[in-house]
Amino acid sequence: MTVLVGFVPNPLGEAALTAAVAEARRRDEPLLVVNMSRDDVLVDAHRAGQEQLDIVRRDLEDLGMEFEVRRVEEGGDAAQVILDVAEAEQASVIVIGLRHRSPVGKLLLGSAAQRILLDATCQVLAVKES
Amino acid sequence: MDNITSLLGGFSDVLSPINLLIALLGVTVGTAVGVLPGIGPAMTVALLLPITYGLEPIQGLILFAGILYGGMYGGSTTSILLNTPGESSSVVTAIEGNKMAKSGRAAQALATSAIGSFVAGTLGTLGIVFLMPPVVKFAVSLGAPEYLAIILLTFTGVTAVLGASRIRGLTALLLGLTIGVVGIDFVTGQQRLTGGVPQLADGIDIVVVAVGIFAVGEALWVAAHLRRKAGEVIPVGRPWMGRSDWARSWKPWLRGAALGFPFGALPAGGAEIPTLLSYTAEKKLSKHPEEFGHGAIEGVAGPEAANNASAAGTLVPMLALGLPTNATAAIMLAALQGWGIEPGPLLLNKEPELVWALIASLFIGNTMLLLLNLPLAPAWAKLLQIPRPYLYAGILFFASMGAYAVNSQPFDLWLLLVLGLLGFAMRRFGLPVLPLIVGVILGPLVERQGRRSLQLTGGDLNGLIGGPVAWVCYFLIVLALVWPLISLVRRRRGGSDKGGRGPDGGRGPDDLANVKAGTSINSSEA
Repeated sequence: MTVLVGFVPNPLGEAALTAAVAEARRRDEPLLVVNMSRDDVLVDAHRAGQEQLDIVRRDLEDLGMEFEVRRVEEGGDAAQVILDVAEAEQASVIVIGLRHRSPVGKLLLGSAAQRILLDATCQVLAVKES
Repeated sequence: MDNITSLLGGFSDVLSPINLLIALLGVTVGTAVGVLPGIGPAMTVALLLPITYGLEPIQGLILFAGILYGGMYGGSTTSILLNTPGESSSVVTAIEGNKMAKSGRAAQALATSAIGSFVAGTLGTLGIVFLMPPVVKFAVSLGAPEYLAIILLTFTGVTAVLGASRIRGLTALLLGLTIGVVGIDFVTGQQRLTGGVPQLADGIDIVVVAVGIFAVGEALWVAAHLRRKAGEVIPVGRPWMGRSDWARSWKPWLRGAALGFPFGALPAGGAEIPTLLSYTAEKKLSKHPEEFGHGAIEGVAGPEAANNASAAGTLVPMLALGLPTNATAAIMLAALQGWGIEPGPLLLNKEPELVWALIASLFIGNTMLLLLNLPLAPAWAKLLQIPRPYLYAGILFFASMGAYAVNSQPFDLWLLLVLGLLGFAMRRFGLPVLPLIVGVILGPLVERQGRRSLQLTGGDLNGLIGGPVAWVCYFLIVLALVWPLISLVRRRRGGSDKGGRGPDGGRGPDDLANVKAGTSINSSEA
């Protein structure tokens, strides 16, 4: 059993990571940080650079956590990737950042967070940007 | 001062709200497609070709000219931010520009390329104003044999001088000429290469060829390579330049413009060679040679100016002689033919308003581009986040619609698919696309001029080699074709003499080949 967190390089991702650390300690389970970037676009704002992932690793080491940082670079659907990883690793909880979306924004682009909330078989902790 | 008066007349024609709107649309679309790698101005102009048949010729040309210039601006953005050249003419920009972006100077790199493009574009357009009328005066005096020789020189230029390989260039040209002869022979009335298919009797419409090769071919190519790791977003601020950036940029701008324009204006021009020459020159002249390879601003300013000036230059042979030297100009010529306007030396005399309004619109479009690009650079960079499936679905939709709209017959859609497969195969085997398009458009013209010359002399082949202009052209053609042989012999003789410098920049193509091999770009856009 692990705590899975979907990490993106922005304040929302940081908030999700902080909440995931607290959750992993509470449950006394290892932490799995997943950064997903799509492979059908030229650049992806959700892709965390090597530097950013190194910072995450260092911070988690400083906190004395048991953790794994994983980067997924294949596929075009972030929600599906998170759900698949959660299934494979038998995650006990998925931690995701939840951002405000306008009705039009949801209509146009759909929401990865919404799909994870609805389709996940385990618990989901949705975090708002503080 | 006739030119200035005519130009002012052109401005008065262009400065109507609807024309300004079309110019704005053109430069916006042009920048957008320039930013996206693989989708260039040539493909866009091809896709829009059927739509513009409903517009006034002048409005269509304003739109296309905006796309041509916009593509040059947009291409540099991708080069700088992504190290993937949006256009083949921005290959060199990527060398220094991407280094600058990686060291946090993306804003300055974008600013120097946008302002440099503006300066060079304006100077280049002024060059058209002064160079075109004398060229036209000269061209009008040419007879069929001389004109034939100049077209053949253009063929040689786009196949042998541009691009990495002569054999591949000639193969593509041959394919284009073959597509060009399909249909009924205009002298004897015989059907050629139609295979008994009645729909082919009228020939293959240029819209179908261009859209098939550029759009469908590119879409198939991308579909075959869809999965690629995404890049990281490089933060782009609002482009700006400090005092030292200005001081280091303005000379490369002017030098780049001076190099780019003449190359573009030659019937065998193109933007690749002058951008490369500009880069080499800036590297030699720079006071900070140690910065080259680590993000020197001169290495962005010079080549970016050169490619815009050369884009302006390509309009000289296009308007004065009816000869295209890049793919976008080739399709603009096809558009002129679609409106029933005969491109060639007589264009300026027959349609002066059209030509001068087009040139005036270039000045306006160029200014719009500067205003559009400096504040909006971060927005353009966002375009790179569009998922490829959405993008290419849209392109294929427009491609099929355009091909069907030509004759409203389903047969054209099959033809489109076949040509798309041909375009895919060309990309697979590294054949350049430009010679094919030039072959399709100029092939029938060559045939007409050649037969006219032969009819004048009653079938005597000597009629093809009349006049000093023709002699010079044939000499240059032979030189261009035999050059690799000569340099091979020279290299074998003296090992210390490293190939030597060609009189007409003969080293250019080799260096260019290296650059092209270094960065993975398919040669579909020019």
